[in-house]
Amino acid sequence: MADTLMTRDAMQTLAKRILAMSSADETRVNISSDAAGNTRFAAGDITTSGDTEDTVISITSTVGGRRASSTTNLMDDASLKRAVDTAERLARLSPQDPELVPELGPQQYQNVDASNADVSDLNAASRAHAVEQLITAARAPGGAMPIDPATLFVAGFLEARSGARGVATSKGLFAYHASTDVSLSCTARTPDGTGSGYASAGGRAWTAVDPGALGRRAAQKALASRNPVAIEPGRYTVILEPRAVADFIPGLMGSLNARSADEGRSAFSKKGGGTKLGEKIVDERITMLSDPFDPDLRGQPFDSDGLPLKRVVWIENGVLKNLAYSRFWATKKGVEPTGGGGGGFGRNPAGLKLAGGTKSVDELIAGTDRGVLVTHFFYIRSLDQRTVLLTGLTRDGTFLIENGKITKSIKNFRWNDSPLLSLARLADIGKAEPVEAGLVMPSLKINDFTFSSLSDAV
Amino acid sequence: MTSRRDFLKTAAIGAVAAAGTSRIARAESLLNPWSSDTGDPMANEVALSAIQAAKDAGASYSDARVGRYRRQFIAAREHQITGVNDSESFGIGVRALVNGAWGFAATRDVSREGAVRVAQQAVKVARAARAVTHTPVVLAPTPAVKGSWRTPVQQDPIDVPIEDKVALLLAANEAALKVPGVRFANSGLALLREEKTLATTDGTLITQTFVRVGPSFTVTAIGDGDFQSYTEEMAPRGSGWEYVTSLDMVGNAPKWAAIAAEKLTAKSVDVGRYDLILDPTNLWLTIHESVGHPTELDRARGYEANYAGTSFVAPPEKMIGKLKYGSRLMNIQADRIQQDSLSRCAWDDEGVAAESWLLIKDGMFHDYQTVRDQAPAIASLNGVNHSHGCSFADSWDTVQFQRMPNVSLLPGNADTTIDDIIADTDRGVVIKNRGSWSIDQQRYNFQFSGQVFYEVRKGKITGMLKDVAYQARTPDFWGSMDMIGGKRSYWLGGTFSDGKGEPGQSSSVSHGCVPARFRQVNIINTARSV
Repeated sequence: MADTLMTRDAMQTLAKRILAMSSADETRVNISSDAAGNTRFAAGDITTSGDTEDTVISITSTVGGRRASSTTNLMDDASLKRAVDTAERLARLSPQDPELVPELGPQQYQNVDASNADVSDLNAASRAHAVEQLITAARAPGGAMPIDPATLFVAGFLEARSGARGVATSKGLFAYHASTDVSLSCTARTPDGTGSGYASAGGRAWTAVDPGALGRRAAQKALASRNPVAIEPGRYTVILEPRAVADFIPGLMGSLNARSADEGRSAFSKKGGGTKLGEKIVDERITMLSDPFDPDLRGQPFDSDGLPLKRVVWIENGVLKNLAYSRFWATKKGVEPTGGGGGGFGRNPAGLKLAGGTKSVDELIAGTDRGVLVTHFFYIRSLDQRTVLLTGLTRDGTFLIENGKITKSIKNFRWNDSPLLSLARLADIGKAEPVEAGLVMPSLKINDFTFSSLSDAV
Repeated sequence: MTSRRDFLKTAAIGAVAAAGTSRIARAESLLNPWSSDTGDPMANEVALSAIQAAKDAGASYSDARVGRYRRQFIAAREHQITGVNDSESFGIGVRALVNGAWGFAATRDVSREGAVRVAQQAVKVARAARAVTHTPVVLAPTPAVKGSWRTPVQQDPIDVPIEDKVALLLAANEAALKVPGVRFANSGLALLREEKTLATTDGTLITQTFVRVGPSFTVTAIGDGDFQSYTEEMAPRGSGWEYVTSLDMVGNAPKWAAIAAEKLTAKSVDVGRYDLILDPTNLWLTIHESVGHPTELDRARGYEANYAGTSFVAPPEKMIGKLKYGSRLMNIQADRIQQDSLSRCAWDDEGVAAESWLLIKDGMFHDYQTVRDQAPAIASLNGVNHSHGCSFADSWDTVQFQRMPNVSLLPGNADTTIDDIIADTDRGVVIKNRGSWSIDQQRYNFQFSGQVFYEVRKGKITGMLKDVAYQARTPDFWGSMDMIGGKRSYWLGGTFSDGKGEPGQSSSVSHGCVPARFRQVNIINTARSV
């Protein structure tokens, strides 16, 4: 493919070409180059499959204390010049930015090897083969099955991406990082529509994914979850599998923004002013961090400004240790910036890890008298920023645990709860595992999780 | 034959010819090498080369989309501009059907050579998929069309001087910040011009230009240990800059800011069942989630099972004409023709002509939303042999699939207003604007909030409430609708970003509706203490 993973040299040459066109006081060039392949399947058939490639160039110009940007994917000289001119023109027309921080000069970066050839080699034929393996495994006969597994409805998605990111400034900074990521997820549904199971895996290498195992797991959950019974909504001990934890806990990240906390509009703002930095906010077994150099994360070692990203421990042994400082807010407050744009709901480019314990999900179940096992969540939305209260639903495999064993399939619930308040009610913590590229989460056992109503959805 | 180099040269000449107009207009035309209503000859040629190459490589059907997307975002907080970005994206995506299996490939290399290469790649991908496709794709017939269409606007928002846009946002923030208690104001503009050329092996060749505008405004008031925000529901529209100015953001900002400040002292709601009076600024999203998504045929057939979910409106043979969805007052129309709506077009991304049809008729489920490879599955049930024209891809590098048209609640026959509904209600809550929203994967259990809530007692608004969300089950909720507004109270809401599909795609869609009352709906309190 024409755009397959732009090399460091090619990206640096392109950045220099663009910087040479600029007449602004300062210019920053961000380049992202991606080649991706995906295969989607449903009803046991591949429904769509595609290969795409693109390179996107973003130019940020600063003129007289004013800043603006323009983005293009056209790479001939005339188009690049046009994009540079647009950014400069928009900058000149913008009001002065009182929060402007100068572009960065040269920085030292520690390299992170985040690419695996087995992902970039995953072409349409290999993807189709993997999907076939998954479907065959899901539908394989075995054991005393309540229904014929060959009749399972199997749907899912496989995506492989190779990408490179570059940042260059007119002050001599250049940063480059290449990475791959792959993910495969599947949902198996019983033909009577009463059972549904989900399984997923992902990482920087294709070896992180075992299509057959995912198919078997989703099918097993679908068969086990048939004919769910309704139990009363209310407060339950829950065991969240790592995928469910990954859906839920990163919802905290937005509240970690230092500026919002200082301004009194975050869960980490203190009544009467100030923030909760240094205070114990959750159970002492909780430690959450971002670290591009962690071998389990292999994140990007710089942010979009080109600022080197380091290990940042957000919560350590239950204590709020760091908030996310943008370069502007860090300067104003006289602290080191954490980078990454100062927080947000989503992922940090350096990755996110919630440290785990030693127990397997089975061991957590065995230690539970009565509780609910959750496979994953759906449609999570914020309800109240003051407490990071979220709402969402359980999905594709929700089971009742009684006396250390899974006893029955139960109907899905809507829940209203907060990752912040939940982590303060931690009962136990399982082993951490990679959930997707740059994201490592353990299973969690949480007391008094609030299920507010029943859902008829399977 | 136009090479890419020649094409760019022509574009540059075109730009020079535009000199003499204002500084802004000149620079904008540089960014927009073509903007004609008759289609771009180079795009046409590249798209036609692609489908020919796919055919030559063995495709039984192929379509190629050349897309150019211009987007502009401006964001302001308080007295400063926090971001000005102008972006363009240009490329070609080719879909090929080989022995009943789909393949897709896309590149930003919009040259004849690039188009041929990517078309051959699409065929190769389809051949690989064929090995795991047991049910061959069948396409509903559609007549070949040739022509062009563009969103009718008085003023293209991209062409409006940036100074005017910046001044508007800063003035709106300024006006809001004068209100006591209000500490923060965020405003923004998202502006889009999308040009698409579609060629299909059925003989269709069309070019469309879409213009969309999305203004936004949020204020936050700070109290002692509390903060409350208010976001005005400024519906994005398929309209020009004239729509943005019609909203009078500067004139209205103090009113919106005062709501945020008042929320600090509003009474926290008592949980329980209330008669719910939903303003159109809130109801549009409830329609989107509880009617728009479940009536998508691809969901009903399980194609979204792994992501967006399936639907309670399934299987089709048990639903069409048989499912009681809501009360008899409920008539829901789907369309892609409504003026100023976000999903308006002349043809969809398969070249199917835009139309309107009923999804729900007198409370009964009537029909689904369809595309060409889904419509044949229900033709014997709904008697419709063609696609309803719901195909859409959000970029040249994503494959088109079934996306929601405008889905709207039709007004009642009487000339009822929201004030009439309030006057008729003994104990209720009025909800305005979208707040938090969440619904399960089969679209049964939903929970929605709003931005501002009023308590109604004995036919009158008695005060403001806070911490309100309503939770219901779709058929129960729509079954409880007993009063709706008339034509005069109709309002068109919508969203710029509705997500669906893997890889995820975003589409823009509008929902028109009138105010309506729903009896005895469960209201919860969302406040917690840390």
